[in-house]
Amino acid sequence: MLSRSSARSAQRLFRAAAQPAQRLNVARGFASVQDSVQSDIFKPTKYGGKYTVTLIPGDGIGAEVAESVKTIFKADNVPITWEQIEVSGLSDATPVGRREEAFQEAVASLRRNKLGLKGILHTPVERSGHQSFNVALRQELDIYASISLIKNIPGLKTRHENIDLCIIRENTEGEYSGLEHQSVPGVVESLKIITRAKSERIAKFAFQFALANGRKKVTCIHKANIMKLADGLFRGTFNKLAKDYPQLECNDMIVDNASMQCVSRPQQFDVMVMPNLYGGILSNIAAALVGGPGVVPGCNMGRDVAVFEPGCRHVGLDIKGKDQANPTALLLSSAMLLRHLGLDDHANRISNAVYSVIAEGSIRTPDMGGSATNHEFTRAILDAMEKSL
Amino acid sequence: MFALRQIAVPAQRQCFRAAPRVAVSFSIKNQRLYSSQEKVAKFNGQKDAQGNYTVSLIEGDGIGPEIAVAVKDIFAAAKTPISWEPINVDPILKDGKTAIPDAAIESIRKNKIALKGPLATPIGKGHVSLNLTLRRTFNLFANLRPCRSVAGYKTPYDNVDTVLIRENTEGEYSGIEHVVVDGVVQSIKLITRAASERVLRFAFQHARSIGRKKVRVVHKATIMKMSDGLFLQTAEQVAKEFPDIEFDAELLDNTCLKMTTDPIPYNDKVLVMPNLYGDILSDMCAGLIGGLGLTPSGNIGDECSIFEAVHGSAPDIAGKGLANPTALLLSSMMMLRHMSLNEYADRIEKAAFATLAEGKALTGDLGGKASTQQFTEAIIEKL
Repeated sequence: MLSRSSARSAQRLFRAAAQPAQRLNVARGFASVQDSVQSDIFKPTKYGGKYTVTLIPGDGIGAEVAESVKTIFKADNVPITWEQIEVSGLSDATPVGRREEAFQEAVASLRRNKLGLKGILHTPVERSGHQSFNVALRQELDIYASISLIKNIPGLKTRHENIDLCIIRENTEGEYSGLEHQSVPGVVESLKIITRAKSERIAKFAFQFALANGRKKVTCIHKANIMKLADGLFRGTFNKLAKDYPQLECNDMIVDNASMQCVSRPQQFDVMVMPNLYGGILSNIAAALVGGPGVVPGCNMGRDVAVFEPGCRHVGLDIKGKDQANPTALLLSSAMLLRHLGLDDHANRISNAVYSVIAEGSIRTPDMGGSATNHEFTRAILDAMEKSL
Repeated sequence: MFALRQIAVPAQRQCFRAAPRVAVSFSIKNQRLYSSQEKVAKFNGQKDAQGNYTVSLIEGDGIGPEIAVAVKDIFAAAKTPISWEPINVDPILKDGKTAIPDAAIESIRKNKIALKGPLATPIGKGHVSLNLTLRRTFNLFANLRPCRSVAGYKTPYDNVDTVLIRENTEGEYSGIEHVVVDGVVQSIKLITRAASERVLRFAFQHARSIGRKKVRVVHKATIMKMSDGLFLQTAEQVAKEFPDIEFDAELLDNTCLKMTTDPIPYNDKVLVMPNLYGDILSDMCAGLIGGLGLTPSGNIGDECSIFEAVHGSAPDIAGKGLANPTALLLSSMMMLRHMSLNEYADRIEKAAFATLAEGKALTGDLGGKASTQQFTEAIIEKL
């Protein structure tokens, strides 16, 4: 599998070089991920000229923002049929017996459609509670790479400017392996697993992503000074593979330093690749730099399945049902989904409308410093799309 | 004994409620290491004949000696009752392992307190960092990292004033790792109730002593249900002993997000967390206020405590008299407070912050032109 994809990487490179003009047309470099992963993703199912995409609205604000996406897609006549599945991680949301069933249904649906749009599922803290469905889904379908695109949105002022970085996170092993045991009462061991194969896969993905999206630099984030074996393997694999990509600038950085640099000088980063837990930490820090989880899109790529979800994973239970949610993250993620399908016209129209509404500034949701409701914001995007026609 | 009797009362009350819970609370009591009355990591140093406390001083490498001189000068000017005992911690090999010279260990054991400049850790395989060796030798279980915005130095964040406590002996940094088969590595994160309880109790006591009313545990118990779950559960139990302190817990992701968005709400809290999270977040907080050159740090142990500057040894500017002694100076303030010499700490701190805010005698790293000595003199003048 690895050799196959590296053989194709040359082709992909060529394609990337041949289409610079097209790339410039994409309003904001919010990336054409499909280039980098085409060899890994199979063509999604299309019936009667329409793609079927699994939609998992998720908990918290999920239902509300998914509604915005559906409304906007419908208005733009996007050739997508949603296969909506209500999975929930909340204990009181669905009858307990149904919860696992719904999860399995979602897995089956994603396997079939190979493409999904997903909100975030709640995970209980209680020990007796179930394992995180978000993690289980990624492990089950081997969706190994998570991408969060962190970029300042024009007109949305934050503490930092000119940020344009991308966090690529290994999604299936590391600290989230779920292997834990209690040796004796009061002593718990939790296993972090790092394998060469998966480190190689994610590093390669990061390099390919950087090439396909015209990025210059890849930084490996680790803690190899303390976890000499585990993170050492990750870093070593990265450095070894980096030799195959002389056209990219490659370096590595210790995770505590990286998080410090992130809040003081985030402009220095381009593509960052890291194991699971550090990805969770840094994507949150970085998301806060550009305006919070409401505006950061992301996607999860596997060999067979791609699931698009907000890049900074927050359930938003506190603002659930208040019509305050910001649908930007899910809308931009869905625009990435459209580009993934090659429906660039729709993607550009939708993302341009989102950006123009935010830039214009009078209609924004509370997290962006406005007072508009989700519905008003969605309405404004629809109006902007209409104007652009 | 008194403490034991005191906790026995709620246990009786619980008997009326639910039988299984009583069983649980009993097993916990048997494992309890400290009673709530006793202060964790209390300073037990003795004054010498002149009425001074002796402090072991590890000057460190690179710029270490220069910034140590600055601190000594300022302390002398403030007439602080401290006498210094310089020690050498150049590593020696003992039974094939890196170790600290016995004389140094003896000095810190005797004085129970040390101030440490930056040490250069040689990069190479098999060499355990000296910081780690010190931490293990003296069982320094908590790392205390306050971060406060410096008025003279502009960053995107204003008025930051966070206090973060990190468990320092186990967790992800237990150092237990092995290769299962070639290409597959297991690294073990170890969480024990005893170590968690110790650091948590220290956190609550520290909150009390600096007058903060809230303690917040940062965890990732959604994913690591057992290990972080244990930390969280222990925190809930320890919190019951401190009814005057408000306790809550927050998911690591949320803390990262909220702190970076706006750190102000954290100004009235003490944050406490396992090793790795603490490591990352404490450096992130340092980033909020302008880097490690301005952040003090304290390593708290049962017997001894070591206060240190966590920045590097900056060999490029070593010996040129350009170094910024702020981090070591602020660490020494923490040290004075740990020794209950608060009035001296307050005075020196006031002078130091005033000098920084004034901005006339700043060192190169803060955008000024002053030398270490000019900066030191400016502070002494303010005293």
